[in-house]
Amino acid sequence: MTFSRTLLVSFIAGALFGLGLIVSGMANPAKVTGFLDLAGAWDPSLALVMAGAIGVGLFGFGLTRNRSTTLFTGEALHLPDNRRIDHRVILGSLAFGVGWGLAGICPGPAIVALVLAPGQVWPFVLAMLVGFWLHGWLEGRAAPRC
Amino acid sequence: MTIDWTSFTPWSALLGGALIGIAASLLALGAGRIAGISGIVGGLVGGKAARWQLAFVAGLLIAPLGWLMLALMPAFVLEAGPGMQIVAGLLVGIGTRYANGCTSGHGVCGLSRLSLRSLVAVLAFMGAGFVTVYLLRHALIA
Repeated sequence: MTFSRTLLVSFIAGALFGLGLIVSGMANPAKVTGFLDLAGAWDPSLALVMAGAIGVGLFGFGLTRNRSTTLFTGEALHLPDNRRIDHRVILGSLAFGVGWGLAGICPGPAIVALVLAPGQVWPFVLAMLVGFWLHGWLEGRAAPRC
Repeated sequence: MTIDWTSFTPWSALLGGALIGIAASLLALGAGRIAGISGIVGGLVGGKAARWQLAFVAGLLIAPLGWLMLALMPAFVLEAGPGMQIVAGLLVGIGTRYANGCTSGHGVCGLSRLSLRSLVAVLAFMGAGFVTVYLLRHALIA
């Protein structure tokens, strides 16, 4: 009973997330590269996407601070508490940023774009999935999720 | 720097961003999980997907399907050809897993939780993104 409610919440959150990516323009690669192109005709929209998301998130995640269980089901929260700033988070993010700049696609929009324009975006999505798999293979086993 | 006012869409950006923030907050408060897409989809690829991860990805796929069923096609322009997409996809896939997060996990969730580790990640991938697009559009192409 509680388990299925967790699944329902996860499904609704996924749908709202996908809707947000489409409405915000994040699902359009040209919109993303327009933001990353500081030296060209700069489109600041993506900064406002982040501002909107973090503005709501500060409130929502603020509510998790004094809780140890979920709101509707009373199950344990699984929020990461890793504070380590090491070569992994820096080099990994730099590599991600280069890929993000090359195509204008990050993982969320990649999944949404696979539905919107599969014929165009499949090489990126396939390579991204191979990249996920390669990481797991190189690590021997899957790293903790974030 | 010149702002491209014709492409700037402040209201839909803020509204879409707020929806993303609501989704991430809902998943954290209601399911106790971080809405980090690289971690969630990476979990599916690893063959060790939890059921909540499958449910979240199903929702993520339903949104654009619903959009298309209303006969709306959102603007979608992808300039990168297949070769560049493959290089980009590999970098995004491996990089986000090593960093343990991407635009959603570190960018939205991490910054909302005031995580210094996530701020470092965001500055690194945004910085790398800015430099990459600069090189691609203004330095390497005459």
